[in-house]
Order: sequence, then structure tokens, then C-alpha cells
Amino acid sequence: MSAPRVDYADVQGLVRFGYRSMKEASYVLVRVKSAAAARSWLRSVRVTSAVTQEPPPQTALHVAFTAAGLDALGIPAPVRAAFSAEFLGGMTDPSRTRRLGDVGSNAPEHWEWGGAATLPHLLVMLFAEPGHLAGLMQSATGPAWDAAFETVTCLNTADLDGVEPFGFADGISQPALDWNDERTRSKDRGADYSNLTALGEFLLGYRNEYDKYTDRPLFDADARSADLPAAEDAPEKKDLGRNGTYLVMRQLRQEVRSFWQFVHRASGSHPAQAEQLAAAFVGRTRDGVPLAPIADHGIEGIGPDPDEIRLNRFTFDGDPMGARCPFGAHVRRANPRNADYPGRPTGLRRLLADLGFGPEGFRDDLLSSVRFHRILRRGREYGPSLPPADALAPAPPGDPERGLHFICLNANISRQFEFLQNAWMINTKFSALTGESDPLTGTREPRLGCPVTDSFTVQHDGSVRTHVSALPQFVTVRGGAYFFLPGLRALRYIATEPA
Amino acid sequence: MTPQSGFFVLAPIVPAREAELRRLLASMNEAPGRVKANNDIIPFAQFDRLHMARLLILDDKTVGDNQAYGLPRPSYPLYLGFLGDVDGEGDRFLEEVAARAPAGVRALFSCCEGFDAQTDPVAWMKAHASRSSASYVNWRGRTVRRIREGAALHDALEAYVERAAPELRRLPPLGVHARLRELVEGDLAAGKLTLSPEEPTPLGWRIRNLLHLVGVPLVLLLLSPLLLAIAIVFAVRLRRLERSDPELCSRQDPALGAELALIEDHDVSNQFSAMGSLKPGLVRLWTTRLVLMAIDYAARHVYTRGRLARVRTIHFARWVFIAGSRRVMFASNYDASLESYMDDFINKVGFGLNVVFSNGIGYPRARWLILDGCRDERKFKEYLRRHQMPTQVWYKAYPGLTAADLERHVRIREGFESASMSERGARDWVALL
Repeated sequence: MSAPRVDYADVQGLVRFGYRSMKEASYVLVRVKSAAAARSWLRSVRVTSAVTQEPPPQTALHVAFTAAGLDALGIPAPVRAAFSAEFLGGMTDPSRTRRLGDVGSNAPEHWEWGGAATLPHLLVMLFAEPGHLAGLMQSATGPAWDAAFETVTCLNTADLDGVEPFGFADGISQPALDWNDERTRSKDRGADYSNLTALGEFLLGYRNEYDKYTDRPLFDADARSADLPAAEDAPEKKDLGRNGTYLVMRQLRQEVRSFWQFVHRASGSHPAQAEQLAAAFVGRTRDGVPLAPIADHGIEGIGPDPDEIRLNRFTFDGDPMGARCPFGAHVRRANPRNADYPGRPTGLRRLLADLGFGPEGFRDDLLSSVRFHRILRRGREYGPSLPPADALAPAPPGDPERGLHFICLNANISRQFEFLQNAWMINTKFSALTGESDPLTGTREPRLGCPVTDSFTVQHDGSVRTHVSALPQFVTVRGGAYFFLPGLRALRYIATEPA
Repeated sequence: MTPQSGFFVLAPIVPAREAELRRLLASMNEAPGRVKANNDIIPFAQFDRLHMARLLILDDKTVGDNQAYGLPRPSYPLYLGFLGDVDGEGDRFLEEVAARAPAGVRALFSCCEGFDAQTDPVAWMKAHASRSSASYVNWRGRTVRRIREGAALHDALEAYVERAAPELRRLPPLGVHARLRELVEGDLAAGKLTLSPEEPTPLGWRIRNLLHLVGVPLVLLLLSPLLLAIAIVFAVRLRRLERSDPELCSRQDPALGAELALIEDHDVSNQFSAMGSLKPGLVRLWTTRLVLMAIDYAARHVYTRGRLARVRTIHFARWVFIAGSRRVMFASNYDASLESYMDDFINKVGFGLNVVFSNGIGYPRARWLILDGCRDERKFKEYLRRHQMPTQVWYKAYPGLTAADLERHVRIREGFESASMSERGARDWVALL
């Protein structure tokens, strides 16, 4: 293979690695107290790159900025204005909260951080192998840190060993990044569901699934920007986005007791049926086995690891009636695993499909092609583990909060994270369903003309569906913000003293 | 079958009264983007043949784009547009509005040129009607009344399924169908549900529709020698224009973006109003006319049951030339959010977008009228956002229902009304519930 196309030394390692062996992690959200001190700290701190190291490092540190953070650090206004509108507007923009379902108990006015008074400037992410987090924290936050920042909050994480707080195996489905541009230019792109996704979906400055470049700040070279990479699509311009991306963070509190108690009640206290219903909510059993049948053909970007094949090589083509995995199941909403056209038409049939003479079933061709709506998840859990059997007991006094510090990376927040959240996760009309949003993460807030949004439907082939009603809200948003995770040279640019 | 049609009253606003008009329009809403269905000006909810309606000030912020061609910036008055979609004739609806909301109609249109205390509102509105060059109706013949009946039938069936689930689950699909029919027959007999018979199709409409169906291809056939002769010259010229036409896809003004976002995503459907100028010259003008004619033909005779090519989320849409032949407005009613609407467009009917909109100034570069163009997603989205205009008042007769919901209701009703059904048909029918 030829030399890598991507300069890994310029990419923050978080884009390439999930740091599974670094089981300790903290997210520190800070505001800039002194811009000069903050820039000086940024110049001194060692941010981990995406270069593979032998032996692998024991710790990693990453830095991302909100739009307010870039302002606080003195980014020139025209450069700032070239970031995406969603990033600049922020997660708490009132029209955006409506689209994201951040209403009712999810509304920013109830948040612990990220609301008007607690909007962070920087997110500093610390990862470490067991026993090394304290040391990393200490070395990163000396007197220079104290001069530079005031802490909004420090979010700790828990290692639940690959299981999220409700008790389900997590992090199984992730897009594979097309680092070497193997597929991006293929003519057959989009014909089948593929897990191999254009690098430009996750890293700015590269071609995306449309074979185009996502908008990002490009400008003429000056003294300050001399070190920045050139734009691939406009070589005379400097590309502040290249090798960087947007990072979406949301603190999601999970009501683990409420979840299992509800599932138990709705199943008439039959443990096996409760497991079944919980699996129907998720679309996988607790150990991660998908309810939809495993595909008998390969899927690009999945495998060859047999475990990955067992857990992830599937689409919903084999389950058109939702009889195996309900249409509204969490994994089906989060990733419908479809292609550009249903039924893979070619030639004349494809032309006919374009003209609207494709399959005419009620649910045919309802969903947008998923390849434009993937996200790369990098979140971590928090709070102590609570096995489902124990979750049935009432909460003791001072029961600690449990949940997920959801983090995802995407190059286009509106087309990726926001679309996913709005059109698929919280949408009460997803896949022509009515009266339900995501069984795990959805709000149960009524909408105009849709008073009921708290159901869940289990479809059966050839028989009437089962309705589960009055689902409580199991997940509450406790904080959130949009960040820019720059490439390392862009980070140096941000940290440079203005002339 | 009662066909649907549109109405569109368009009139220049008296500049001195613009502020008053805006206040009046705002008074029709509970909050931006949320109409009072029974407001004092036009109590939309009282019109039982009205599907969708909107009132907006046509404020095209891109009129200066023609300076990219070295042309002087034109000056147009602001227009008030009152448009919507109804069962039956649009003119009948205007008469009904004038009769039922005389004060409101007078208050609104007295802010426009040429409307005073003596004006006959009906005659005036008809005189200010703008004809669509192309219009699309999601489901021909699905009246507001049938929509309401379909929704009620669906709700009743849902309730029965909920109540009789254990019994129904023991039955095969055909048995479920028969049993549910039995249960609902009772409601029909008791007058709790109504499924009114299909109204007769107006004879005049049938004749016009048939003439259109046959006439348009016939005229094209007759003109074909001429068309073929100019086609090559035309294509060469078009291709040359495509290579040189400037793209204007700069970022939408954030203030406009915020204003638009504020009125979106309240219902499961949204309105979309956009306007722009055609590229200069006859080639673009005639391309647009021809293309819109083709779209109108297809919408009238082909795409009459829930699908505009592959797109299933548009309730109503139309293209209208605004006061002359240089500017075109596009108005639609669609499900889900603008982002998903634009994605649907790009990914499912990109060619259809290009063929129309690439004649507009600044559209991302298209090739041979159907290729590229909107495939440059970023540019296309910015182009569309730049041309979008806030819709001050928007009404939908059936909030909370998407086009997919309505299609489900139609399919349920068709299945309900059919006495015999195949095993496969019954299985699909049961899956709709």
C-alpha cells in the first residue's frame, strides 16, 4: 500500500482511536479566564495525535472549543464566521432545542452545564490506563492552567466494561473510516449498505459521501496561518478545518431503575419476557446480538473479526415487516442500514425507480439513505453499574446518577448529528410509525396534533401489532454543547498570540 | 372524485401600510409559526374544503443577484401572497372566504394597491389571481372530508385492535380483516363513524383533464419537427450557458436563518416558500416554461397517488411566475424538517431539482440540465436557504398527520371497503394498523 493519505500527526487521536485500554477518563469543561494564559497553556500542552505508537501511550489528552471559546481566544471575526451555522448558533439556540427534542425536562434551562450561564469555552478530555489519570490531570493542570481557566464542571466517567448503564453491550456499531480513500470514488457507491464511510464525513478537508468538501474556514495565508495545511480543493487557501472535525457532547442521565421496573411491569413480571421487551426496545439482546438476522453476505467495513460479524453484519432487508426487530427499535432508528435505493435496482429498473416506479409497498423507500447520516461515537458512561435484577429494587436514599457522556464526531452537524436526532431518534413519525419516539432516548412530550408520543409498537408478521403504552422518559439531557475539535496545526494557530 | 386545486391572490403592498400588514399577519398567530386556526381575520378552521393556506410577504432578498450578469439591480414592490389548496375550484373558495370573513379580507387587502372601501373583494381577488405554471397534489381526490373520515376510521380500528388484541391474535390475517370489519360496521350503523361515498367527478373537470392528457402530447407531436430542428441549437446554447453562468451560493444571512428557523418544526409538516430570478435570456425562460409544463403534466396524470417521483413527503407544491416572466416562486408543504427535505430532494430527485432550479440565477453548476447541480450538497442547500422567505401565516387542516399517515389511512380504507381480499393483501392490510 502507498503512503497514508492522511497526516496522522495532524489529527487528534480521538478521531482514530476509542482508547479502549484507557479505562479512566475525565472531561473537564472550562471557561477562559485569561486569553493570553489560555493560549500559553494550549501551546505547552501535549495533545495526542492519531499516529500509532509502539508501545501504545498510557494516556491521551484532547482539546475542543465552542464558538464562544474561539471568541474568548481571539479568533478573528471573519475566520470565526466561516464555521458552520450550527456550531456558531450553539446547541441551545431556541429553534434548535425544538428540533433536538431539548424541551420539557430536557430544556437547557434545567441543564447542569451548557446553558446560558454555564456555557464552556473548552473541553479538555483526559484518557488514561488504570492508575494514570490522576498523574495526567496533575501534569495538565498546573499553575498555568489556574491562570488560564475557571472550571465549569469536571465530568468523571466509569468503566462499565463495554456495557452502557441500562445493561446493554454498547459501542458495537461504528462506521469504519475510509482513511485510504478506497471507496469514495467508486461508481457503485450507495448501491448497498456499507459501513465504510468517506473520511470527509468525520474529518474536515476531505471528500465526503457526496464526493464534495464540507464547508469550513478557508482563508488567504498570512503570518499567523503560514503553518496551516492548504485546502485540498483550493490549494491557494489555508484550511483551518483540515484534520479537524465537530464534536457534539451531551450529558444523558439514564433512569436505570425506571427502565427495568417499567419493562418488568409491562411484561407482567415475567423475567424472560421483560428481557425480550427490553431487547425489542434496543433491537439487540443485552449481550449485543442483533434481533435482525445476520446477513449471509459480506458488508463492506464489517469484519473479518468473527465477533464483529456475529454482532454487526446485518441490515434490515431481511426483516421488512419489523417482525424480528421492531421498526421503532433504538438500533433501527439510529442506523436503518439502508442503501440509496431499496431493492438494489440497476439499469432500467433504476431509471424507473428514479421516476417513482419502484416498489410500492407502504413502507418502501421511506427513509433517507443512511450513508449521509453516520456519526462516530466516542462517549463514555458515568455512575456505578446497576445490574437489571438490582434495578428492580426501589432507589436507596442518595442513589447516584447514572448515564452517558455522549460524544460524537461529525463533519456536518446539521446533516449528521442533528438529522439523526431530529428525523430518526425523536421523530414520532419515523418509518411511518405514529405516537412513539425512540424507546430509550426519546422525549414523551406531546407535539402539535400528536398528543401521544409515549408508545412503542412491536410488529408481528401476519398478526396485529402489540402496543406498549405510557413509556416513561428514560433519558434526560443534563448538558451539552457543540465543539470544534481542531487538527494539531489548527490548534497551534488558535494558540498563537495575535500580532 | 373531487379534484383539488389551488388559489393564489397576489398583490403589491402599499409601502406605507407594510408595517400594519405585518402586525395584522402576526395577530393571526399564537406565536411565530403557530397559527390560530380560528383567528379573527381568516378563521381557516371553518372552511371544510381547505387543506393548506399561507399568507406571506414576498420579500426576495436575492433580487440583486442579476448584477452578476452586469445587469442593473431591478426594483420590485413587495407583494402580499395569499395561497392555498382546496377541494374543488379555487375561485369558489375565494368567494367563500369573502362571504365568511369579509372584514378580515378587507383588512388584509386594503394594505395592497388598488383596494379601497368600494372594492368588491371577490372580483378584486379573482383579478389578482396568479396561475401556477406547475402544481402537485399528493393524492388526487383525497378531500379534507375523506382525510378526516380516514383518520377517524383508523382511530376506531386502532381502538378495536387494542381492545380485542388477544382474540385478533388468534386469527389469520383474513380473519382479522373480517372481524375488524364486523366491529366497525357497528360503528357505521350507529352513526359513530361515517364513510361517505365518493362524490361524482365534475364533468367539466373530466373533459378538461382528458383534453390536457391528450392535448399536450399532441401539440408536442405536431411541433416536434420544429422542436427537433431547434433542439440541437438550443442544447449547444444551453450547454454554453451552463459553463459560464455564475454560481451564487454564499452563506445565508444568519438573521434570516434564525427568522426562518423560528417558524419551522412546530407541526410534523412544514411550509416552504422560496423565490428567485431566472437567468437572463430566452433560452432559460423557455427551458423553464417547458420543464414546468412537463412537471405539471406528470403531476396531473402520473403522480397522483402519494409519490412525486420517489418523494413521499410533499403534500402540495407549486411553481408560479410572479408578475411577469423573470421571477418564479416555489411553495410547498412537506413533512419533517428542512434538512431532511433538502436531503430527500438531493438524493431522490436530484435530476428533477436541477431541471427546474438550474434556470435560476446562482444555482450550483448543472450539466445537461439534469446532472451535477444539487449534487454539490453544500452549495445547493445554501442556494435554497438564501432564496427561502419567511411565511408569516401558515395553516394546515390536519396538524400531526404526515403524508405517510394519510396514505396509510387511504390504504386502510380501501382495504376496509373491499369485501374480498387475498391472503397477502390481508397480511399487508393488518400491518398498516
